[in-house]
Amino acid sequence: MAAATEALLAVEGLVKRFGGLTATDNVCLDIRKGEIHAIIGPNGAGKTTLVAQLAGEVAPNGGTIRFSGRDVTRLPVDARARLGIARSYQITSVFRAFTALDNVAMAVQATDGHSFRFWRAARNESALRDPARAILERVGLGARTDVRAVNLAHGEQRQLEIAMALATRPSLLLLDEPMAGMGKDESERMTRLLARLKGEETILLVEHDMDVVFALADRITVLVYGRVIASDVPEAIRANPEVRAAYLGEGDA
Amino acid sequence: MATLLFLEQTLNGLQLGVTLFLMAAGLTLVFGIMNMVNLAHGSLYMVGAFLTATFSQWTGSFALAVPLAVAGTFVVGLAVETVALRTLYARDHLDQVLATFGLILFFNELVKIVWGPVAIFIDVPAFLSGRVELIPGAPYPVYRLVVLAVGLAVALGLWWLIAKTRIGMLIRAGASNREMIGALGVDIKRLYTLVFALGAALAALAGAMAGPIYVVEIGMGDSMLIKTFVVIVIGGIGSIRGAFVAAIIVGVVDTFGRIVPAQLGLPTAIAEMAIYILMAAVLFWKPAGLFAARA
Amino acid sequence: MKLDRRTWFVILLLMALAALPLVATLAGQEFQIAQFRRILIFAIAAVSLDLILGYGGMVCFGHAAFFGVGAYVVAILNWHAGREVPLIGTWMGTNNVLVTWTAAVLVSGGAAFLIGLVSLRTTGIYFIMITLAFAQMIYFFFVSLRAYGGDDGLRFDGDTVAFGLIDTQDDAAFYYLVLAVLCGVLYAGRRMVNSRFGMVVQACRENERRMKALGFPTARYKLAAFAIAGATAGLAGALFAAHESYISPSIMHWTRSGDLIVMVVLGGMGTLFGPVVGALAFLFLEKTLPDYTEHWMVVFGPILLLLVLFARRGIFGWFLPKEERDGGSH
Repeated sequence: MAAATEALLAVEGLVKRFGGLTATDNVCLDIRKGEIHAIIGPNGAGKTTLVAQLAGEVAPNGGTIRFSGRDVTRLPVDARARLGIARSYQITSVFRAFTALDNVAMAVQATDGHSFRFWRAARNESALRDPARAILERVGLGARTDVRAVNLAHGEQRQLEIAMALATRPSLLLLDEPMAGMGKDESERMTRLLARLKGEETILLVEHDMDVVFALADRITVLVYGRVIASDVPEAIRANPEVRAAYLGEGDA
Repeated sequence: MATLLFLEQTLNGLQLGVTLFLMAAGLTLVFGIMNMVNLAHGSLYMVGAFLTATFSQWTGSFALAVPLAVAGTFVVGLAVETVALRTLYARDHLDQVLATFGLILFFNELVKIVWGPVAIFIDVPAFLSGRVELIPGAPYPVYRLVVLAVGLAVALGLWWLIAKTRIGMLIRAGASNREMIGALGVDIKRLYTLVFALGAALAALAGAMAGPIYVVEIGMGDSMLIKTFVVIVIGGIGSIRGAFVAAIIVGVVDTFGRIVPAQLGLPTAIAEMAIYILMAAVLFWKPAGLFAARA
Repeated sequence: MKLDRRTWFVILLLMALAALPLVATLAGQEFQIAQFRRILIFAIAAVSLDLILGYGGMVCFGHAAFFGVGAYVVAILNWHAGREVPLIGTWMGTNNVLVTWTAAVLVSGGAAFLIGLVSLRTTGIYFIMITLAFAQMIYFFFVSLRAYGGDDGLRFDGDTVAFGLIDTQDDAAFYYLVLAVLCGVLYAGRRMVNSRFGMVVQACRENERRMKALGFPTARYKLAAFAIAGATAGLAGALFAAHESYISPSIMHWTRSGDLIVMVVLGGMGTLFGPVVGALAFLFLEKTLPDYTEHWMVVFGPILLLLVLFARRGIFGWFLPKEERDGGSH
């Protein structure tokens, strides 16, 4: 039981300043293996900045990030990705000229040794294509494998993002607003997808939609002006007066 | 003797430095504000020099010819920006490289048609000829001192324009954050045209003043252009201050690079290479240049 | 098997190139063989540039330098062998093409590796300016090499027998060797761009940030591509040295790098075969336009501008199947 609840990702005293603005203010955070951990907070709370620091795209001014017991605070993005931290972007970030299958196959390739292989056609390698197809199937894009990413609907591109993150077989998924810009139907489809992943993957979920967050999350951390004001199970967060005052009381919950 | 040579070469280096600054100031703004690669900037330097030669002949006065040539090149800049370059701002860098490469070929050939293929020599105007003993024992050409002074004066004027005026405020905003000037409700098209033509005029001034020192010939802007690139890379794109500091450094290093190796018995191959080695060193240490305008 | 327009175009053009020496001889225009051999050599350089420019999205404005380095390596080795002047210790260079061409590939690839190491730390406008500046540095290096002719260049007795089989003094035989090298480069290039490595390079062009987030150490793949392209340009340079038996720094003048970019875009970027078409078209224009007007550049410059504005796909691009035209992922 102790092993199951041991933190996969442990953040201690993380600080990030942009000029006079403190975007991340002494943040401490634990993500346990197997949980969906949601980060909520009003706009400008520093959620995306936090994710960027966890992924390694933004260097913090202070504090430590430990992943699987290892200090990764100074590791670059690609090295962290190879350790098992995968992310999706708030603004869709895929290879637009590639087909959906090419996109995911590229992600599979990332975990399949080095890519200094110059001769065999990568598009004929079943070692890349088969797992990629299976993952597209899993996120519900099985019928869209040969469509170029640029021609996919917005919601499908978001699903593709998740598929690419999954394809690297990560031990931690950082999902930055996976429903951003989605219509109602698309959001519902994405929610069902996340529900299917629950229990199988460890997920840090940044999301605005409170219904989704409270339906899916095992634990919730509330960020306001870069500071953690609460971190607990959903029921406790809902009941927390400070959270209600700072955030849920604002009326967009 | 060594000290005198050193002082003289330092002055030469500073003079090359301010000339490079005149080139770099306009170009770094075009890079920074329009996010545009303009290879044809050297052509404007050349046009400035050739116009000076012609106006000198017509008016018989070098002092009159320079402002005329600068004004003329300003107009050329307006025309080039409006006709050709404006449509390229939204294109990717490769498009800009190709199109402005085409402009270089065009300008080089146009100059050949108008002025002929033979190099032109401009005499140092009589009232600026001769030498002055600025440092005892080391007479230095008056004309070069004037170039240095004009360059510094323009640099000062440019600093005033950028730091103290509304236009300058917009230019600074544009160089560090392009979206912002749009938000301020400024007519960006006109600002772009103005910045480009201003850069053209500065390049023309550099070319005009270089005329009596070097030779006025086709392709004279090309080697200047590449040195200007080195200046901008070292100084940081979009930064006038960076352009000034880097221009002086490059001017001095380039000048001494031609003297020192020979004196020390080193292979002279380093002479022309010195500034590029300097650039590589700066980049390795600071990939965005010394004074990056953008974080 | 049904062949598409593109394949037909490639096959017909290669057949025409293969038949050229015969046709030229029959027409009594043997000098054309050397003309076209020169064009094919530049085509190899253009194809090598397409690897990084078209597929990698790296706007390298110094590619002629790698071409020049390859050419100079061969020239210097040959010159020493011809004059019997020791190069290193007592070694007097060599005329053996296996050695000289291999050395050309290795040295130009090594130069590209070192320049890429610094240049690839930057992107966008910086990258363009830096590759240009480094190429200029190499240019001046050879200008100041007085021992090898400096500005005036170096004349030498080239290799006469390539691989013990082909006499490079025989116009047609050497032509076929160059054509074979071009076909080999095209084939290897085709394999490479579709391989895992090639996919990584193309994906870096599309979205490098994403590639890093997937776990790819992108810098080393881009550097490898840059070095491979430089080495291939060096091979073209080696052929050029053998072709001319004379070399001067002017072949790596910065406008030559611009010409190579023009060839790639004119023919069709990111297609490998397009640059071959581009080299043919460009060097053909360069040869024929002066017949109409001495001031052909005044026409050619604006043509480039119009090309950029209205025909970015390039000549070969028009022969591509529609779905490949706009995204360019293949």
